[in-house]
Amino acid sequence: MQSNEPGPEFTGVVKWIDRRLPIFTMMSKEYQQFPVPRNLNYFWSFGALASITLIVMIATGIFLAMQYQPNTELAFNSVERIMRDVNYGWLIRYIHMNGASMFFIVVYIHIFRGIYYGSYKEPRELLWILGVIILILMMATAFMGYVLPWGQMSLWGATVITNLFSAFPIIGEPIVTWLWGGFAVDNATLNRFFALHYLLPFVIFAVVFLHIAALHIPGSNNPDGIDPKGPQDTVNFHPYMTAKDMIGIAVFLLVYAGLVFYAPNFLGHPDNYIPANPLVTPPHIVPEWYFLPFYAILRSFVADWWFFQVFLGWWGMTAKLAGVLAMFGSLILLAVLPWLDTSRVRSCKYRPVYKWLVFLFVIDFAILGYVGGKPAEGWYVVVAQWATLYYFFHLLILTPFVGWMERPKPLPASISQPAVAPAE
Amino acid sequence: MSMSIKSRMIGRALLGAAMALMIGGGSAQAAESIVPPSQDWSFNGVFGTFDKASAQRGLKVYKEVCSACHSMNLMYYRNITALGYSEDQAKAFAAQYETTDGPNDDGDYFTRPALPSDRFVAPFENEKAAAASNGGKAPPDLSLMVKARMNGADYVYALLTGYKEVPPEGVTLPPGAHYNEYFPGHQIAMAPPLFEDAVEYDDGTPATVEQMAKDLVNFLAWTAEPEMEDRKGMGVKVFLFLLVFLGLAIANKKRLWAKLH
Repeated sequence: MQSNEPGPEFTGVVKWIDRRLPIFTMMSKEYQQFPVPRNLNYFWSFGALASITLIVMIATGIFLAMQYQPNTELAFNSVERIMRDVNYGWLIRYIHMNGASMFFIVVYIHIFRGIYYGSYKEPRELLWILGVIILILMMATAFMGYVLPWGQMSLWGATVITNLFSAFPIIGEPIVTWLWGGFAVDNATLNRFFALHYLLPFVIFAVVFLHIAALHIPGSNNPDGIDPKGPQDTVNFHPYMTAKDMIGIAVFLLVYAGLVFYAPNFLGHPDNYIPANPLVTPPHIVPEWYFLPFYAILRSFVADWWFFQVFLGWWGMTAKLAGVLAMFGSLILLAVLPWLDTSRVRSCKYRPVYKWLVFLFVIDFAILGYVGGKPAEGWYVVVAQWATLYYFFHLLILTPFVGWMERPKPLPASISQPAVAPAE
Repeated sequence: MSMSIKSRMIGRALLGAAMALMIGGGSAQAAESIVPPSQDWSFNGVFGTFDKASAQRGLKVYKEVCSACHSMNLMYYRNITALGYSEDQAKAFAAQYETTDGPNDDGDYFTRPALPSDRFVAPFENEKAAAASNGGKAPPDLSLMVKARMNGADYVYALLTGYKEVPPEGVTLPPGAHYNEYFPGHQIAMAPPLFEDAVEYDDGTPATVEQMAKDLVNFLAWTAEPEMEDRKGMGVKVFLFLLVFLGLAIANKKRLWAKLH
């Protein structure tokens, strides 16, 4: 949705450069005159917040890498040296550590925005899929980053998660050995995780670039989910959206600073301040909070679960493999959401039934997160199993069927006339 | 900060007492641990600071009691100037310990008095030696203890004061185990480390068990997070800046969007 206005007039050196390499024209067209729907709410600031978090993570990460030692003998103490003896090392590390949490908070809200307002629908399917790819890359990066301090949770979290691949028949065990670079999570594993943890953020950066490039073709969706009909429905990205984003950034930074300065370890696990010890298993191995919903799905599949026995167990599938497939499936299924949702109306504002189902889906996700952090025993398991079933039921059954059955509310004629279609 | 002969002997006695059986895996399969009562620490809250007088007393408790078994590997003697000691005092404190250095030009290792730039000298040569002297499991390093446990400071205080001489009815302890209300599983290998007048405070504070536990926690809170005061102080400034920034951002947005129709 490029602007039809003529490009800006440049003078002097800028003009000289722009005639040979039109980056100034490009920036102006994509970030200044770029038209965005004028009815965007603050949910639309979360994309900008995610980009900022990515840049903060890369910047702090590079400085941490200058002091960090990816060696099992040295890693833990090198992190503590950063905390104690490197100038402002504690600040950089706490920004990086809590930045991971902030990144997931922001991205989960960004994804909720996309689901609620139907941002994934035609013509933004590819944009959405790129977003799911970013989420998966973020998860891989965060997982490997958590291993680097080489505390107890680093070691045992890495052991549990890499062991998932052993669920695959025949190729499973060799894959795990290959991932580890040995026969246990050890120095070779730590080394490669550090290398990959440094690499993947730049891959994410590249996919984010594609994500934004794909966004700038149709332009932003909006709370009404209808396309802008002309200049009266849009404002220029700069200064109007940038002014709104500034407010979002200030609030975001206040929350972020609250974590960094006053609760830097609130979202972490105390066991990660105990050096990794292959001989002592922590009583409860829990991943970072942002993985808990998926961890709950993984753990739901136990051999004596009726659902597993009725549908999967009898033809030879193991509960572990089913759990692994369900966990990865729960992510991959998000990528095909544009085709699972059969409604032609984008925004839940005009979808009286699906709107509530989206809220239920969020609650279901939160319940999964809650039980994922609890020991896998008693009623936690039962709740996790029903919540897992509902997760897939929502995506595979409710979403397509409600799309067919539901009678949406009438859409407004245009963004600038929010009233129901006038009888002109 | 002198080490009295008496407390040196107490240290030895405790070392012997602590040569207890670690209850194999006991902590791992522990029942739900009890939430320790929360205490009013000076370092709590947005404007929290360390109680330096208390932390200095805590250093003495660590030195004369805990350090018989527990290392403090992340701390350097120079660090104690942050508790209000002068550099000379830190130097004198370090000089009480012998550390191994080398190899020298002849290729030999030798011992010399510790310097402020040395790490706290550990009670055992290595982890294996520590384990061998303590019933098979090395006593944990204390540098990060307050950060490495759920409810950190409250837990450490509750643990130190939570010993029961007689376990509740129906509980039989294996040999070498002690009953502690707050240790996960309640069976702890460490003998009650503190008892009345285990140390003699330089400032005349009566050395009750509660007082020593409190002082020790103040000290350990500092060793776990020596940056805390800097962090919280900077946080206040960052918040003030961000609030002004937020105000400007809101004003700017309102002014700009008011022109739109």
